[in-house]
Amino acid sequence: MSEITTDVVAHLANLSRIALTPEEIETLAGELGAIVDNVAKVNEVATADVPATSHPVALSNVFRPDVPGETLTPEQALSGAPDHDGTRFKVSAILGEEQ
Amino acid sequence: MSLIKLSAAELSEKLASGEVSSVEVTKAHLDRIAAVDGDIHAFLHINAKALETAAEVDAKRAAGETLGELAGVPIAIKDVLATLEMPSTAGSKILEGWIPPYDATVVARLRAANLIPLGKTNMDEFAMGSSTEHSAYGPTHNPWDLDRIPGGSGGGSAAAVAAFEAPIALGSDTGGSIRQPAAVTGSVGVKPTYGSVSRYGAIALASSLDQVGPVSRTVLDSALVHDIIGGHDPRDSTSLKDAWPSFAAAARAGAKAESLKGLRIGVVKELDAPGFQSGVTQRFHEALDLLAANGAEIIEVSAPNFEYAVAAYYLILPAEASSNLAKFDSVRFGLRVNPPGGGTVEDVMAATRGVGFGPEVKRRIILGTYALSAGYYDEYYGSAQKVRTLIQRDFNAAFSQVDVLVSPAAPTTAFKLGEKLNDPLAMYINDITTIPANLAGVPGMGLPIGLAPEDGLPVGIQIMAPQRADDRLYTLGATLERLLEEKWGHTLLSQAPDLAPGEMFAATEGAV
Repeated sequence: MSEITTDVVAHLANLSRIALTPEEIETLAGELGAIVDNVAKVNEVATADVPATSHPVALSNVFRPDVPGETLTPEQALSGAPDHDGTRFKVSAILGEEQ
Repeated sequence: MSLIKLSAAELSEKLASGEVSSVEVTKAHLDRIAAVDGDIHAFLHINAKALETAAEVDAKRAAGETLGELAGVPIAIKDVLATLEMPSTAGSKILEGWIPPYDATVVARLRAANLIPLGKTNMDEFAMGSSTEHSAYGPTHNPWDLDRIPGGSGGGSAAAVAAFEAPIALGSDTGGSIRQPAAVTGSVGVKPTYGSVSRYGAIALASSLDQVGPVSRTVLDSALVHDIIGGHDPRDSTSLKDAWPSFAAAARAGAKAESLKGLRIGVVKELDAPGFQSGVTQRFHEALDLLAANGAEIIEVSAPNFEYAVAAYYLILPAEASSNLAKFDSVRFGLRVNPPGGGTVEDVMAATRGVGFGPEVKRRIILGTYALSAGYYDEYYGSAQKVRTLIQRDFNAAFSQVDVLVSPAAPTTAFKLGEKLNDPLAMYINDITTIPANLAGVPGMGLPIGLAPEDGLPVGIQIMAPQRADDRLYTLGATLERLLEEKWGHTLLSQAPDLAPGEMFAATEGAV
């Protein structure tokens, strides 16, 4: 059984920026342990001599001419924002008090 | 025959001849949705402008404009695709009510071809699921049995065509989300070659796996939609620049000619497995017998690494999803939840994502973050990418012996709503037949081949072809569809239960 403790899940949740309740952390710790045990079987065949594949149809150097394309207007870009001042997205404080 | 029972190809003939108008066709489908979607719940949103657009297309036709084959035909659109003037939520609360400022390329192409968007279809949240039960807006119900799942993640699109609410639809397929819903609803769905259909405006789940494709009741209809949405898009950096043949021509050739003479059909031994439902295995072998009797050569092939496909997939997908879903940060679109007492932008982000994401999305983001963590990367994500190479090699070896591969499209018929909801691993293993094609980027089709004797529910076959050989799916699919319908004397979906709205409502109230 993989060691996925509630502390590990809480750390991962923090890295993922997801506020989880203690109950969610408890449930996820159990579920993730079982899932990780199962998916770890990839190591049975993934030996050192096998190269990795990141994309199924490899393409390289996908470029376009460096000219301005069709873009969203500021109004369009801000249209779905929870808060904005007409030209910029608005958010709460970037830094906490201790910083 | 009622307009809603006609295929898109049949509707297009009647529209072209002037026998019916697009307004009439669109209204017939909107009426059907109003009558049955309370029970099916295939749609999350109905396009308020559908009739207006239909009238515009009728006016263009009356003015003598040259229109495309499917002009005036209504289509349902999976909610994973960005649409102007219609909310695009991907089945998530975090995007509730979000109206994108642009159309996905595939949607823009549908509009340019004068199709009529009917609305947006239900799906598992961010396409994470095999049953549509992970939608934040409640599950879709299978038209064959309302207590059963319609498949997922594209259960809404599949149920919409199977319940005659739309003749055709768009789906997206990351691990089977087009092909498995097709199998369990008795409809047709195609995952094209990776990179052959634009994903610009498709809300990304796992970028090395996602592919947009058609959903329909007939092989020809999927081909007609594929012809419209396919082809290079400079806005998608993974888009292939190939020139594609007409898939409708491939389907029409397959429906007419004896396409099976000399065709080598490989049966993937590892996907014809004990443990699959007996009626699925039975109908699959009957389909093979039918193909052999009509001239195809059936050859068993082995793909030993397919056994590791599900494990590799459930590392690669969460890893990529954890990165793709970082964009839902409460700043640019969607939900914002301020924690009690306020906080920094990061506190707001965490509170928003804690409230806005459902349990399966949280599970996969946390799993993906784990798989990508320093110290675990090589063991999990790196190894999964190696398995991907091995699976591609299995496909290459198989396609050196055969022209196409086949398997059951899903290991079982539609299971009951709730049956696997609390057992993530049981839900994941359900994708065993469809995942290998995504890992290798090859195209696949789900196609109905009968009803399982033990439960009377649809069974599907999956056809897979080499990368870029999507036309083979349509040719063989259309031939098999014709042979089966000749044998049955009817289409499979004509056997689906009648969804008489009043009676069903009474039944759920206990009055019947």
